[in-house]
Amino acid sequence: MISRVVRRRVASHVMTGLTVVAAILALLPLFAIFADLILRGASSLNWDFFVKNPAAAGDTGGGVANAIVGTLIIVGVGSAIGLPVGIGAGVYLAEYGGGRFGTVVRFLADVLTGTPSVIVGIFVWMFVVRPMGHFSALAGAVALAILMIPMVSRTTEEMVRLVPHSLREAALALGFPRWRASAYVVVRAAWPGIVTGALVAVARIAGETAPLLFTALGNMNFRTNVMQPMQTLSLQIYVFATGPFEEWHRLAWGAALVLMGIVLIFGLGARFVTRTRFRDG
Amino acid sequence: MANVRAVGWGDTAFRVILTVFAATIPLLFVALVARLTVSAWPTIRAFGFRFLTTSTWDPVANVYGAAPMIFGTLFSALIALLLAVPLAIGVAIFLTEFAPRPLRGPVGTLVELLAAIPSVVYGLWGIFVLIPLLRAYVVPPLATLLGWTPLFSGTFYGNSMLAAGIILAVMILPYISSVSREVLAAVPSSQREAALALGATRWEAVWSAVLPYARSGVVGAVILGLGRALGETMAVVMVVGNRHDLSVSLLEPGTTMAAVIANEFNEAAGLQRAALFEVGLVLFGVTVAVNAFARILVWRVARGSAVGSRAI
Repeated sequence: MISRVVRRRVASHVMTGLTVVAAILALLPLFAIFADLILRGASSLNWDFFVKNPAAAGDTGGGVANAIVGTLIIVGVGSAIGLPVGIGAGVYLAEYGGGRFGTVVRFLADVLTGTPSVIVGIFVWMFVVRPMGHFSALAGAVALAILMIPMVSRTTEEMVRLVPHSLREAALALGFPRWRASAYVVVRAAWPGIVTGALVAVARIAGETAPLLFTALGNMNFRTNVMQPMQTLSLQIYVFATGPFEEWHRLAWGAALVLMGIVLIFGLGARFVTRTRFRDG
Repeated sequence: MANVRAVGWGDTAFRVILTVFAATIPLLFVALVARLTVSAWPTIRAFGFRFLTTSTWDPVANVYGAAPMIFGTLFSALIALLLAVPLAIGVAIFLTEFAPRPLRGPVGTLVELLAAIPSVVYGLWGIFVLIPLLRAYVVPPLATLLGWTPLFSGTFYGNSMLAAGIILAVMILPYISSVSREVLAAVPSSQREAALALGATRWEAVWSAVLPYARSGVVGAVILGLGRALGETMAVVMVVGNRHDLSVSLLEPGTTMAAVIANEFNEAAGLQRAALFEVGLVLFGVTVAVNAFARILVWRVARGSAVGSRAI
């Protein structure tokens, strides 16, 4: 009897210990990746890295100024297209999404969130690149926007739903028409949460590569014209990492560190905004 | 809901505009299906069902069979699941049941941070850190001990199914663990308390009262992870070797559907492009089915929340 109790206790402790081991094993790659990014990436960061374009193949020196600017432009344009649509769709789902159409939209948004981004890439190639006749940053931005819309719509919906009913009722009681109550009271109250969701989505697409391969294509030169092929950090990392030159590998690690930094800035920004989030109801 | 109904053109306009925004989502879905199907039509007509079962991929002779990459997609995802699922569920149990409260937030955030690392950075790390590590410490003993099995036969060049599977495991772990965690947290505490009151140890309470209650949600989380693994592109294309051969050896290079598209699309024309669109169509179909199934399972437990989309 005693031994049975002891055995069960020991088993309990062993299994608890195993979950601790699982947590440690899960964090190991995280620390390894960040350590490698910093160790290998930081050494290639210097002034040239940020202001120069890649040197000719095989030469030393050069930087990724074109890719940094390209990332900001493509992500910026993509967000400008994707965020309003995603947020609008999310507000719809929260405010009018009770019916069958709402359920369908919600379900398809979740399904699209899990769609491989490379498929969005070939889709946009067919719709934008082929008709235009050439690759362009704009096509890349459209691909990123398509990836953002389902993500943002679901986070927006969730945030708008958190707003207590009493707020809307107060606005309606004051004689607000429904749309003003929605736009100026409910959505405004949910705004910090909506911004959080938007920032998380921006962080996610800033690191996307696959949909840009057939749309923005990449460019070793400095370009700011969105109608032309443009480089991003992610595309640059891919080309440099799979290329044969030692110097390229060095730049790839630097670019990865910078890209990770950009992603984390948006991620941390999201967390910062969340702290002030409307938490009631 | 509001009893006061002020119906004016403002209300109508507001609703119409929002409906248009919301309609883009089903529209995108339909457009994706239609576009992929139309673009894939030449190979669907030319090869029919054989496309999925034959393994010749020859752009010169214009003969296309996708069996090796379909196999590679499933194989790499299976390796990833075998490695990631026990860890992810362990982490989720640790974070909801056993971890001291002050640790729960930070450790959970750190695990979710894995989901914030861009796929191309995983690929970079795979090429320059993981593969050398495998070559030096992991593969030699595996090859000596298990080289006689088909799973570990062949020569290890670095780029391999094993490398792809491990990278995928790390990438899907945060998704599985964060959704499982949410599902476990949704289990009512009366469930735990009842088991403990009956004299169960803490582990027994988790095993016999919490996990069964959350089972369909945890299965949903795993399938959600599977969906991610099936469609992951950049990290895989960088470490898998991109070889159109069907091999069950973990040590040999292979390819996946997503990797083939990423690798060949820009150079493809004519029938090869159609073949790549058909690969895309198949991949899209598989991930839609997998995700739909997972969503239904997770929705049943943690109703309505956009689980998994918030990971950062």
